[in-house]
This record gives sequence, C-alpha cells and structure tokens, in this order.
Amino acid sequence: MFNFGQWTAAFNSWLMGLGTPEWLGITIECVIIAVLILLTYTVLALFYILYERKLCAWFQCRLGPMRVGPWGLLQVFADMFKILIKELISLKDTDRFLFKLAPYILITSSVVMLACLPWGNGLQIINWNIGIFFVLAVSSVGVLGILLAGWASNNKYTLIGAMRSGAQMVSYELSLGLSIITIIVLSGTMNINDIVLEQANGWFIFKGHIPAIIACIIYIIAATAETNRGPFDLPEAEHELTAGYHTEYSGIHFGFFYLAEYLNLFIVSGIASLMFLGGWMPLHIPGWDGFNAVMNWIPSIVWFIGKAFFISFVIIWFKWTFPRVRIDQMLAFEWKYLMPFSLANLLLMTLCVAFGWHF
Amino acid sequence: MGIDKIKSMSRDDFKDNEYIDKLVEELNATGANVMVGKMDDLINWGRANSLWPLCFGTSCCAIEFMSLGAARYDMARFGFEVARNSPRQADYIMVQGTIVHRMAPVMRRLYEQVAEPKYVIACGGCAVSGGPFKKSYCVVNGVDEILPVDVYIPGCPPRPEAMFYGLMQLQRKIKVERFFGGANRKEKIEEFFKQHPEEKGHIG
Amino acid sequence: MSDIKDIIVKVCPSATFEEADVLMVNVPEKDWYDFAKELKNNRELDFDVLTALVGMDWTETVGVVYYFTSTSHHWEMLSVKVVCENRDDAYIHSVSDLWKVANFQEREAYDLLGIKFINHPDMRRFFLRNDWVGHPLRKDYDADPKLNPIRLDDEVNEDDSRMYIEEGGKIVEKPCKVFKDDDYVVNIGPQHPSTHGVMRFRTAIDGEEVKKVDVVSGYIHRGIEKLCEDLTYPQILHFTDRMDYMSAHQNRHCLCMCIEKGLGLEVPRRAQVIRVMMDELMRISSHLLSFGCTAMDLGATTAFFYGFREREMVLDIFEKTCGARMSMNYNVIGGVIADLHPDFCKDVKHLIEIMPERLKEYHKVFSGNIIAKNRLKGVGILPKEDAVNYCITGPSGRGSNWSCDCRKKHPYSVYPELDFEEVLLDGCDSYSRYMVRMKEIEQSCKILAQLVDNIPEGDIRAQVPKIVKLPVGHWYQQVEASRGTFGVYIESDGGKNPYRVHFQSPCFNLVGVMDLCCRGNMIADLITIGAALDFVIPDIDR
Repeated sequence: MFNFGQWTAAFNSWLMGLGTPEWLGITIECVIIAVLILLTYTVLALFYILYERKLCAWFQCRLGPMRVGPWGLLQVFADMFKILIKELISLKDTDRFLFKLAPYILITSSVVMLACLPWGNGLQIINWNIGIFFVLAVSSVGVLGILLAGWASNNKYTLIGAMRSGAQMVSYELSLGLSIITIIVLSGTMNINDIVLEQANGWFIFKGHIPAIIACIIYIIAATAETNRGPFDLPEAEHELTAGYHTEYSGIHFGFFYLAEYLNLFIVSGIASLMFLGGWMPLHIPGWDGFNAVMNWIPSIVWFIGKAFFISFVIIWFKWTFPRVRIDQMLAFEWKYLMPFSLANLLLMTLCVAFGWHF
Repeated sequence: MGIDKIKSMSRDDFKDNEYIDKLVEELNATGANVMVGKMDDLINWGRANSLWPLCFGTSCCAIEFMSLGAARYDMARFGFEVARNSPRQADYIMVQGTIVHRMAPVMRRLYEQVAEPKYVIACGGCAVSGGPFKKSYCVVNGVDEILPVDVYIPGCPPRPEAMFYGLMQLQRKIKVERFFGGANRKEKIEEFFKQHPEEKGHIG
Repeated sequence: MSDIKDIIVKVCPSATFEEADVLMVNVPEKDWYDFAKELKNNRELDFDVLTALVGMDWTETVGVVYYFTSTSHHWEMLSVKVVCENRDDAYIHSVSDLWKVANFQEREAYDLLGIKFINHPDMRRFFLRNDWVGHPLRKDYDADPKLNPIRLDDEVNEDDSRMYIEEGGKIVEKPCKVFKDDDYVVNIGPQHPSTHGVMRFRTAIDGEEVKKVDVVSGYIHRGIEKLCEDLTYPQILHFTDRMDYMSAHQNRHCLCMCIEKGLGLEVPRRAQVIRVMMDELMRISSHLLSFGCTAMDLGATTAFFYGFREREMVLDIFEKTCGARMSMNYNVIGGVIADLHPDFCKDVKHLIEIMPERLKEYHKVFSGNIIAKNRLKGVGILPKEDAVNYCITGPSGRGSNWSCDCRKKHPYSVYPELDFEEVLLDGCDSYSRYMVRMKEIEQSCKILAQLVDNIPEGDIRAQVPKIVKLPVGHWYQQVEASRGTFGVYIESDGGKNPYRVHFQSPCFNLVGVMDLCCRGNMIADLITIGAALDFVIPDIDR
C-alpha cells in the first residue's frame, strides 16, 4: 500500500535541506497545509451540494441541475460566485459581534474536524493518541455557533431554532459518543491512525459483528441528528421556522452555514467510515491474498472518500424519505430508546472483548 | 455581452430584444476595460445562473409555481430550485397573485429585507395590473405601484412554460448589468422609491 | 313545513314568514337572541348548524340573513332575517356563544357592513386594515382612493379589542385584550411557507407549546362580493374560479346553479353529467395537492412530487377540454362552455385505472411511515360536537365523523343517481382528515367510472336569454366543494346586476377552529393541523 507519508517526509527534508531554520520550515508547512485544507473544504462542500441536489432529484423523479455546464456541474460554482458578492445585511438591535462571530465558530469547528480525518495512508494532519476524543470535543463547539447565531439575531424564529438545536445536539451527542466508545473498546485505542491499522485484517463492522452493527446503526441515526439533517432537521425546520437559526443571515455568512452543513455531513460520514468501515483501509479478507493484493491496488484515498460518500448517500436518502419528527418525539426517541440501547450495546461489546467473542 | 448565451434558446426566441439591446448599447457607450468587463461577465454569469426564489405566493399563481418545481417542469434544471423561505437569502421575489392594501406594506418590507442584488417578477395578471380585481376597493393595481419590477409575466395564472420564459428574460437582463463601476441598478431603485414614498404620519 | 311554522310561532309570536326557495323567518331584533336560543336548544327545532351568515344592506335598513340546517332533522334548511332599522348605529345581538362559527362571520359582517354585534367577545375588523375608513359593502360606501390610499406604513398590531354590551338598556363599549401582557407572541405569516398563502397567525407560545392563536386574515381580501354588484351575471362567474382555485369547477357549478334556480332554467342532462365529472376530477386534483402539501409541511418533500405527478394528469384532462390548467372558466349559465375533447373518456379511464395503485404508493411513501403517523395521529383533536358547532364541513368535518356531505344530504345535479359512499372516520384528528381525503379520491374515481361510459348525447347548454335578469328575490344554493360545503347567496332587485352576492366558503370556517385545535399542541403541530385542515386562503378572504 502506497504511503503518502513518503511524500510529506521528502518535502520536509527538502525544505530543511535548503537551510531554512526550523521555525520557518514549520510555518511554511503549516501555511501550505492550511491552504490545502481550506481548498479541500470548499471543493468538497461544493461537490456535496451538487451531490445532494442530484440525488434528491433522482429520488423525486426529476433531473436536477443540468443546464449550467455539462450535466449541471458548474451550477454550484455559479451559486458560489453569487453568494460571495451578495449583500451582507447588518441588522439593527442585534449583538453585532456575536452575530458576525457565529458562522465562523461553526466553520472553524468543522475545519478542525476535517483536519483529523485519515484521508489515506499517511495522509493525516493531526495524529494524536486521543484523536477521536478530540474530534468529539471539537464537534460540540459547533453547536455554540448555532446557539449564538440564534441568540444574536434577535428574532423569535431564530431563537426557537437555536434552542431546539441546543437540546438536540446535547442529547444526541450522548448516543454518538457511546457508539464511538463501543468501537474504542473493540480497538483498544483512541488514536485514529491505529484504529485504521487495527482494521487491516477486517473492518470493525465485520470483526465486531452484532454489537458493531448495532453501534453503526445508532451512530448513523445520531450523526443524522448531529448534522441537523432530516428527519431531525428541526433547528431549521423550513416549514415551521422559515429558516431556523440562520433566518437573519444573508450573503456569505449564510453561505458559511450552508457549507458547514454539508461539510459536517462529510465529516460524520468520514468518521463512520473510519470507525466501522476501516477508514482508508481496503477491503481485506484474511486468507484471500490475491483478492487483498487487488484491493491494495486501489489508492487509499479513493477508499476513504468512496466510503464516506456511500454513508452520506444513506444519510441523504433518509432526508428525502422521512417526514420530520417533532421536538418531543425526537427527544423521547433519544432518551428513552437510543441512549439506553447504546449503553446496553456498550456492555455487550465489553463482554465480547473480555471473552474474546469477536474475530 | 452575454445576453444571447441562454442555453438552447436562440436570440429570436425572445420577444423584446430591442429593450435588452438598448441596455447593451447604454453599457457599451460608457465603456469598460477588458479586465473589468471579464470580471463583470463572470459575476453576471454566477448571478444569472443562481437565482434563488423567495417562497411567496398569494393565490393561484403559487400553485402553478409549485407545478414549476414539480417533476414535469422541474425548475431545478436551471438551478432555481433552492427556494428560500427567509427573504435575506433569496435573490428574487416572484409576486404570485393579487396584492391587496393590507399586504402592500408587508410586501414592501419583504422587498427591503432581500439582500442585494434583488429582482422582482410580477407573475400573473393580478400582480401585473390588478387583473380581474382591478376595480376593487382594496387591490393594488399592479405590484409596480409599490416595488420596482424587472420582469412581467402575464397570464391568469401563467403556464409554467411562461414562467420559465420570464425567468430566462430575467437571466438575460442580469447578464447586461455591471458590477464594477456602474451603480445604475441601485440608482434606479432609489429613484423608484423617491417616486413612491411611504405614507408617513398616519400611525407612529 | 307548516308544522315548523307552528313551532316557531309558539316560541316567537312576533315572527313573520316569507316564502322563498328556503323558508324565511323575519324576526325583530329585540326577540332575536331568545329566538336563537330556542332554535338551537329546542328539541323540535334543533337547528344546530349555522350554515351561512349574510350581512345585508337594503339601502334604508341593514341586517343579517342567517341560514340554518339541522343534523337531526334531515337537513331541512331555514333562514332567518334580522333587520336593523337604524343604519348608522346598527346593533344586532351576537349568536357567537350559541354557534361558535358565528364568531368570525360576525366579525366579517362588522368589517364590511358596519353592523356591531352585542356581546361578541372580540369585535375587531377581520379583512381590512384596522385604520380603514368606511364599510365597503354598504351601498353608500365612499370609494374615493383619497380616503383609503395604499398605505405603505406598517400596520400596528391590534391588541386592544372591544366588546359591545348592554348595560341598563344602553349599549356601551368595553375594551378587552387579545393577548395578556406576558404572552410571548410569535408571528407566523403572512409570508410563511406553511400557511399555504398569506394567512397570519399570531401565536402565543410557552416554550414549544401553543397557548393561543389569533387569526389575522385579509392579506388577500380582494372584495369580490362588492365587485360582483357592479357586474352582470355572466361577468361574475369567473370570480369563483379564483377564490378556491382548487375547487374551481365546484364553486362555479354552485354559482351557475344558483343563477339557474333564479331563472328557472333546466340544464341539459349532458351538461349536468359533464359538470359532475369535472367536479370529481377537480376533487381528485385538489386532494392530490392536499396530500402533497401535507407531506411537504411535515418535511417529506419527496411525497409532494409523487402527488404532483398524478395531478398533472388531471390538469392535462382539463387543459384538453377547457383550454387551461387552472382557472378553467368552464361552467356557464345553462350548461358548459365547450364540448368535451375527443380524448376525454380515454384519459379519464386511464386516470381511474392507475389511481388505486398510486394511492397505495402514497401510503407507502408517506402515511405508512411511522414518523408521519406519529405526527398526524391524535393531533388537532376536533370532536364531532365542535365540528358541528364550528360548521366544519368537507373532509375535515367527515374526519370528525360528522356526516355532512352535501352530495348526499342535499343532492343536486345527477348525484342522487350515483352509487358512492360518504367517507366517514371517527378519529377526529389530523390523520382522519388526511385519510378521508385519500379515500375520497377512491370514491371520486368510482363516480367517474360510473359516468365515463354513460355521457348522454345532447346539448351542452340550455337556451339562455341574451341579457340575464333575475326576478326580484333571493336564492341560496350549496354544493360540496373539495374542502366542504360551498354556498352562494344571491339577492336580486330585478336588474341585470345582482343586488348582493355572498359566497359562503368552507375554508372560512376552517380557520375558525385553528385556535381550538392548536391550543396545548406544539408549534410543529400548528403546521400539521393547518395542513390537515387544508384551507385555501383566497377562499377565506374572497
């Protein structure tokens, strides 16, 4: 399997070989990484917007964007140009500072999460021994942006949207965390890279069998709620609260919310693929060496992105199939069913690991 | 200028080319350098192809607008389908249906809430001129009495095809605008509001 | 009917009678409230449904004409006329405590005619701005645009309401409040995706729970009734298509029948059959739209597209025969305007063939879903008594197990010959209302199947005089529109223009129960309830 780490190491040694002082080298590398990550962020978000629009058209017997560019590929770029130069309305009687800060908090949290994802063999920006824990922590910062946006807009709709969002995120984070802990129990590590490497002889969804599959289902439900997507899109429930917490945002500030929503979708899908489907690890079946060798030919980055897109497809499928739940039903679902279930599942997984019932 | 670059529609398919040609001439007369002109074209291309409507319908035309979004007509093909419910995020208001006296201030306020650049389409007989209700005691005879209208779509209600035609006309109109240097659009809007002031002093 | 006269004379000796298409009782204002109580509570009379309330201006006097029906006495109809001698200071006792439906109806009469109702709990304007000058339906209304220009300043929320009560023989005004001072009021509408138009609900909420809904209407009040008074009978027909645009054919059918009743005109059978077929097609189209909108309001956007797919087929049928997708303008006085398109029967057969299968698909896509069921079931409970009291007809009323189908109870046209069921469900909630609609599509298909092979040959239009003049008198006609019983009241002074036209629209009553249904539910339920009641705003505001 090709290791992208070779490239980065080669670049590093070349940079140091030029006689640059260490602080300058690190700064240059950081800047390059930052530019790359922001670029990836934008391209991915744009791709996701088109992806969802095309998919939803497909579910609804429509064609979707097709007139701007070949197969409508340039549609999202037209949207981007427009939204970049659209007027930013500043409002009277609002908390200006918080109002403007909110979209940046949201987008920062999702960029940081993006940096933690294992893109491919050796393609990882932040690699800590508590990687997955860090991702969970940062993901909770995002809700702060939403709460601030709702509060600072001084609008009743946004406030209701923000409050709903707060209640939703706090609740579903529990199930999300518990299902991740279930996998951590199986892998025995919180280091993202090690989690991937653990799955070299089989993805966790196969190795952990029943508890892993349950955890996967719980994770996908909770992740749908975490990203505010249908059927849990209550914070921006279009038909109840016009546009929820971002009702008062225009121009690129709204664009940030829009991008962050789609990027969060990618990130939760990426984490799901990391936890359950082996991240960038190709499909390996122990004993089938020829098959494994063929799988290894496919670049690791393709594996990762492909798996993430697949899980996003499932989440998008939810959104365009199910009606929206009501706030009390949503909270009851989490606290009465999902959370006790994931606790029991954690226990089951612990037993599995303790008695070695897994593969 | 890119006014003839509406996909699979030739110049002759549009009815009022003279009006757009006049706008082009005006623009050419004031002149623009190549660099800025190209930037303008890019921005206008973005704006023209990403028109997000504000969900706003008062009567029958709104149902035809729903048909426009449904599978047979599918406005998503043009990228019009991102209907925003919040005026701040919309690009144009398609006034579908009669505007009555009680609605007029709300309508004006909605317009003011839309972020620039914003466009108004008067869709259907009532929004164009008051339609069958022209003589009524509380109907605004055409939404152009309170808002600057960019495109008129007649019909009662207009067929979805007619709405597409109107939207394409709006696209052509946007393509002859200028982002750099010319503030003609904003001036026109300000001029309009000077001529149609709010009635002050009635209620505080 | 003679026995009913005897009973009425017994309870109200001052009553006089007037024969028309419906027996009319003249009651002096001072006896009106006592008589109304008898009408409602006397077991022998038992007129528990206030079908229509028509405010009138007879130049010298003003007054109100009420139309009552009874759920127990086989729907005989009775009308009551109450006249106010003093037109500048017109007072009539309110009956909104007896028939809740009168609440908004009386506010409408106050708004348009300036009749004040004594003891009405909330006497505010309903359609017009609260700073409007004059009452437009009065014959002496000053239409000078200087008095009522287009005001672009924001309308002030009217939180101060008033009551007119009798104190020591004199009528005094008593102020009252719409909302309490500490209510958290959220404004839903007029521009809101789920109000299905420009309706405005001022909603007091406590957290997510709705405490009170104040309906503010009139954002599309186009003054159709006043416009009609200046036009000839054939000219007023097109307004009906634009009120409830989802029951355009039925509404127009009703107005045509009312005029035909006045003229004593016999409509050819072919025209009658065509009319009924168009009515049922319109009902299918309307219920499909209702399905789509309910689904969309609940967040199931995809189901909306499925409903619209079949609706386009119905619209194609209309387009071929009538020449338009909406606002068909098809019925005329005496028949229909054009003959059927040659493809009509083929298209209708195709539609009724595929519909049952598609209905199953809808159930699979939307209402079979557990989330949709949880959102709809038990939400917006409207018991049968309330449905009757608020006169909620149509699918919404039948969802509360009230048998109120005008096609069965007050048969008209060729409906008596047809075999179909009145769909009744006893859930009294949003789910029942939704299911009634779905089942009514099946029944409409059944009606169409019976008629499509039996369209008789003959004229499509009766001979109608060039200038239509109705004799002096008044007529009331009702049909079953897509959303309930639609009524038309015409009063004629013998001229070629109607003296007064009143449209009693079903949706007007539907918004009346919003407050009742939404209290104690969540904000999200307000949307569900609105979607399941399925009102069309231009039909409310007219």
